[in-house]
Amino acid sequence: MKLSAKTATLLVLALMIAVTPFFFPSGYYYRVGALIFVNGIAVTGIVILTGYAGQISLGHAGFAGIGAYACALAPVHLGLHPALAVVLGAAISAVLAWLVGRPILRLKGYYLGVATLGFGILVSMVLNNERDLTRGPDGIDVPELGLRAVLKGWGLDMTNGQFWYFFCGLILILGAWLALNLYDSPTGRALRALHGSEIAARTVGVDVARMKLQAFVISAVYASVSGSLLALQNKFITPDVAGFMHSIEMVTMAVLGGVGSILGAILGAGILTLLPQVLTVFAEYEQLVLGLVMMLVMIFLREGLLPSILRRLRGTGE
Amino acid sequence: MSELLQFLFSGVTVGAVYALVALGFTIIYNASDVVNFAQGEFVMLGGMITWFAHAAGLPLPLAALIAIAATAALGVAMNKLAIEPARGAPVVSLIIITIGASIFIQGAAQLVFDKQIHSFPAFSGDDPIRIGGATILPQSLWVIGGALATFVGLWVFFTRTLLGRAVLATSNNRLAAQLVGINTNFVMTLSFALSAGIGALAGVLATPITLTSYGVGIGFALKGFAGAMLGGMGNPKGALVGGFAIGLIEAMTAGYLSSQYKDAAAFIMILLVLFFMPQGLFGRKSTDRV
Amino acid sequence: MTRDSNRALLSVEGLGISFGGLKAVHDVSFTVQPGEIVSVIGPNGAGKTTLFNMISGIYQPGLGKVRLAGEDVTGIEPHLLAQRGMSRTFQNLQIFQSMTVLENAVTGYHLAERGPVLADLLGLASSRRRARASDEGARKLLARVGLERAAEREAGNLSYGSLKRLEIARALALNPKILLLDEPAAGCNAVETEEIDLLIAEVAASGVAILLVEHDMKMVMRISSHIVVLDHGEKIAEGEPATVSQNPAVIAAYLGAEEPEAVTC
Repeated sequence: MKLSAKTATLLVLALMIAVTPFFFPSGYYYRVGALIFVNGIAVTGIVILTGYAGQISLGHAGFAGIGAYACALAPVHLGLHPALAVVLGAAISAVLAWLVGRPILRLKGYYLGVATLGFGILVSMVLNNERDLTRGPDGIDVPELGLRAVLKGWGLDMTNGQFWYFFCGLILILGAWLALNLYDSPTGRALRALHGSEIAARTVGVDVARMKLQAFVISAVYASVSGSLLALQNKFITPDVAGFMHSIEMVTMAVLGGVGSILGAILGAGILTLLPQVLTVFAEYEQLVLGLVMMLVMIFLREGLLPSILRRLRGTGE
Repeated sequence: MSELLQFLFSGVTVGAVYALVALGFTIIYNASDVVNFAQGEFVMLGGMITWFAHAAGLPLPLAALIAIAATAALGVAMNKLAIEPARGAPVVSLIIITIGASIFIQGAAQLVFDKQIHSFPAFSGDDPIRIGGATILPQSLWVIGGALATFVGLWVFFTRTLLGRAVLATSNNRLAAQLVGINTNFVMTLSFALSAGIGALAGVLATPITLTSYGVGIGFALKGFAGAMLGGMGNPKGALVGGFAIGLIEAMTAGYLSSQYKDAAAFIMILLVLFFMPQGLFGRKSTDRV
Repeated sequence: MTRDSNRALLSVEGLGISFGGLKAVHDVSFTVQPGEIVSVIGPNGAGKTTLFNMISGIYQPGLGKVRLAGEDVTGIEPHLLAQRGMSRTFQNLQIFQSMTVLENAVTGYHLAERGPVLADLLGLASSRRRARASDEGARKLLARVGLERAAEREAGNLSYGSLKRLEIARALALNPKILLLDEPAAGCNAVETEEIDLLIAEVAASGVAILLVEHDMKMVMRISSHIVVLDHGEKIAEGEPATVSQNPAVIAAYLGAEEPEAVTC
């Protein structure tokens, strides 16, 4: 039986999530794994925006910030259940992405880079400055999601680390499934077409501005959900989640692993999330390393790690 | 009234810095169609290296010269090591490369220098000059003068010298320039050196007022870009006018609206320009070749 | 000759454009009727591709009008023209390099297959059905242009001639009322050129209007029902192949420009 690429990707992902815990030396690694998945979700959104549609965002952390602070603020101020706060955050991110993206996406590459960069900085500026609401740079508490208690009631008892590991893993699989569905769908084909040649895409009837906007909005929702999950599992969040460096991390993870491939991008998220855990001195060098990775990958390994490795394995060479 | 004048002064001062950054953008953009996101890091390096050399005991003018020369050399290295190998890459790759260079330079600056905020003495003292009820620092005059002098210098270079015309020819049509015997690689090298040097000059002139640290580059880059875009991407006159305009808008925002959100002004301007006049004030409409 | 301008599907009226003060195309008018093959010929640099780019909405014309089925469509966006039944190929090829040959052809069905993005994300049956329908259509078209065996290959690896045919397949997928072909036979050998000939004639016979730019004079003379000659951006002659080829102005334009013998296509 021939496995479709979609099924294969999902299987690999599910297997990895299910099997790796058997090799964890301590419970702490559940937390690291959950972090990888959270980043993986954001990066899957980047795959849709950059890998499929060929557009770049240097401000996606802004949407992560919105998702995160929605979980911190909506339960307290609006009395919303944290799970609904995730949805609210995603909705706000989508609307903002639509509003900001409309003027920007009509234009080409560089403008998009600069405008999204500015957008991210603007969001983090608001989160830092509106102390009455966000408590500023010191950060703010985030309420408990409460799902773990519910599961416990059903007889499924997990440690906090285990719960977030499997929960985020599940959401990641869901996110990957959606992105894989999109790939070969009419929308995905149009996105990849405009990536290949905007002019040709327009002449076959693709409303390029509209399609780019859709990709931008979808990827913003991924980033927002990722931010929400980060806030909920840490039960605390600071404006750094929306910071410029977080945006850069997302892009670097995606291009390192392979922005055209979901598994690749998640691999990139894994590597760059693990690095600071393994190398404690990494914090000192983080910017140096991220910058170097971005340049080296784009010059020598433009497809990213995973696609390059696969190509070599298949023996097609380059 | 004196309040408005005061805001005007501070706006023109930062505007001059943005204009220099915007000019730096323009030079590289014209020579290679690359928007160099690391442009702001050149400003940072200009300030940081000058501070470092001055703190090490060198006289300020010498320290400044070293900073400008070193940054220009770094610009050349960046072109050779990161931009040239990626020629013909899609715009997205070039964005990632230049933003990578920007982050890399920031990271290196943290390690080589430190994470503190630094400054060095103003060139002509700190006694404010009173004009019509407002005051302006002598250093501001240095910054404004520096921006105007650079613009005039560039104008002379591009219109009156053979080398400058070669750069212009390359920006108009790379292939044609090659055909008439212009060494376009040299033109690229020169553009990066010039652009980095101008960025560093901005850092040298502005640091006594704005202070410097490893992380100031991105802000300068964003605002310089906003200026270049407002003026019309690729147009030096536009870069100058646009840079000053962004500085003024920022100062007015800080003065009359909110000093916390003054940095948002540049971003809002980018969006407004994109929305209402993507060609900027002096830009031309571009046509895709098919 | 009796060409009824009331039946015109495409009518170009006084179209002109300048680049930096230079008139690239000036005051060009002609019409194309359903089922007709109209060729635009002229020496290199005569403005043929520029004319195409204006008609297909890629350049904004400086002057003049383009009407499609009577409706003024001057300077509207290419994707809106596609919706109104215009489709085109490119002289310099605009292929989606990293997609497969099949996927390239499938993009031509974008207007037919597009649907709610949410259905696409969720992989709903409706979305998959739409995608499958265009897959089938695209395979048939690939067979028609002789590329069915290359369907799964990455388009970037194909030969120039194959890519030309792939572009035609993609353009046909739109089921156009009018098809603009910019040098469809460039880079093709004699056999391939003849196949393209037949294909074009067949498409025209099904009632599609065809506007053609082609350097291969033999091909042009063979298949065109009407020829428009451009030189230095202006129309210097127009008519049936037999009359146009005898026109002294046309001969002078070609000789004067020292047009190299049509690229062996």
